[in-house]
Amino acid sequence: MNRSAIDLWVGIFVTIGIGAIVFLALKVGNLASLDSKPSYHLEASFTNIGGLKLRAPVRAAGVIVGRVESVKLDTTTYEARVTMRIDNDYKFSKDTIAAVLTSGLLGEVYIGLEIGGDPQMLADNGRITKTQSALVLEKLISQFLFDKVSSGPGQ
Amino acid sequence: MPTKPLANGLRRIGAGTIRAVSRMGFAARFFVAVLYHSPAALRRIPLTLREVYFAGVLSLVVIIVSGVFVGMVLGLQGYDTLNLYGAGDSLGLFVGLSLVRELGPVVAGLLFASRAGSAITAEIGLMKTTEQLSAMEMMAVDPLARIVAPRFWGGVISMPLLAALFSVMGVFGAYVVGVRLIGVDSGTFWGNMQAGIEFRPDVTNSIIKSVVFGVAVSLIAVFEGYDAKPTAEGVSAATTRTVVEGSLAILALDFILTVFMFRGVGDV
Repeated sequence: MNRSAIDLWVGIFVTIGIGAIVFLALKVGNLASLDSKPSYHLEASFTNIGGLKLRAPVRAAGVIVGRVESVKLDTTTYEARVTMRIDNDYKFSKDTIAAVLTSGLLGEVYIGLEIGGDPQMLADNGRITKTQSALVLEKLISQFLFDKVSSGPGQ
Repeated sequence: MPTKPLANGLRRIGAGTIRAVSRMGFAARFFVAVLYHSPAALRRIPLTLREVYFAGVLSLVVIIVSGVFVGMVLGLQGYDTLNLYGAGDSLGLFVGLSLVRELGPVVAGLLFASRAGSAITAEIGLMKTTEQLSAMEMMAVDPLARIVAPRFWGGVISMPLLAALFSVMGVFGAYVVGVRLIGVDSGTFWGNMQAGIEFRPDVTNSIIKSVVFGVAVSLIAVFEGYDAKPTAEGVSAATTRTVVEGSLAILALDFILTVFMFRGVGDV
């Protein structure tokens, strides 16, 4: 095998390999989607976030508009303070409602934004004041059972 | 004396431990020596390119074929199991995550250890047996810079590319089976995969893993070749050790890396 043939094959190999890494990044890992786009931050406090995880999607009308960036416990109010990173293309009115929702019964937990009618928009580091906490299934079931028991036997 | 077998057994354990520790120390010093001689070797880039050809290009066929088949099997089995829970749509995510996080680097590493690592060990071992290495030293050519370092770097460069190629081929195999044969919707397949797999940490960790495996396997391969007993039997034993130790090292390192990389994913 002479020198130029080796160079050619190594060149092909390295090109294919780098192409594979780029494919993994763009097509499989979806690098281009949100991370690189300019974005701004919004904050919201919830009494209970349920199973909300870091990097969980933030959706408005089902469209992913951002991701959860940090979750902290506010030690003065003992509420969960969630910071979201929202795509710059999307603006939300000041009276937007943020809710912790679950897609399906066992699906992922995400934050749903419901847009209000206020003409003023939330700016960077703005705060969503109207929030709705996660629905904890156990609480709901125990409440239901308690109601059943206290209302006496059925029929 | 009744204590004699006991003492003999202890002696054997002690000798084995000392041998293992001294071999580890030798391997570590060998690693430093290879790194020390690397700049000189990398300055003569054709030497390394030749080794990329032997370690990487000639491994392409086995990597591509295995990747496609692993992906097709993942597609079939994954779809069957996921469909039990009505989650057949998540096939793309399942296949992509398994390949990118674990199977890509690990299986490509195991194949690389058996395909390229064994060849490197056998080559260097045979050079030692036929006293080519000693002859080089006589001619004031350092075999570490001329022979060992290019092979080491050839392996280190090839391994991440092969692992990425394996993952891509696996995704392609799963696409063929899942979308073309079974009939999962193409948009769902890619959409779920892209929604669940992030460039950071998933793809970057996959690349880090494959680089670490490349260093480990290449080091074991050149070390075993350099350390081989200069006999036919010694070279064959060294080649076997490369494959066994290389595979075990990959599996152990993979566990350690996974613990550090993915333990915190999804937690607050």
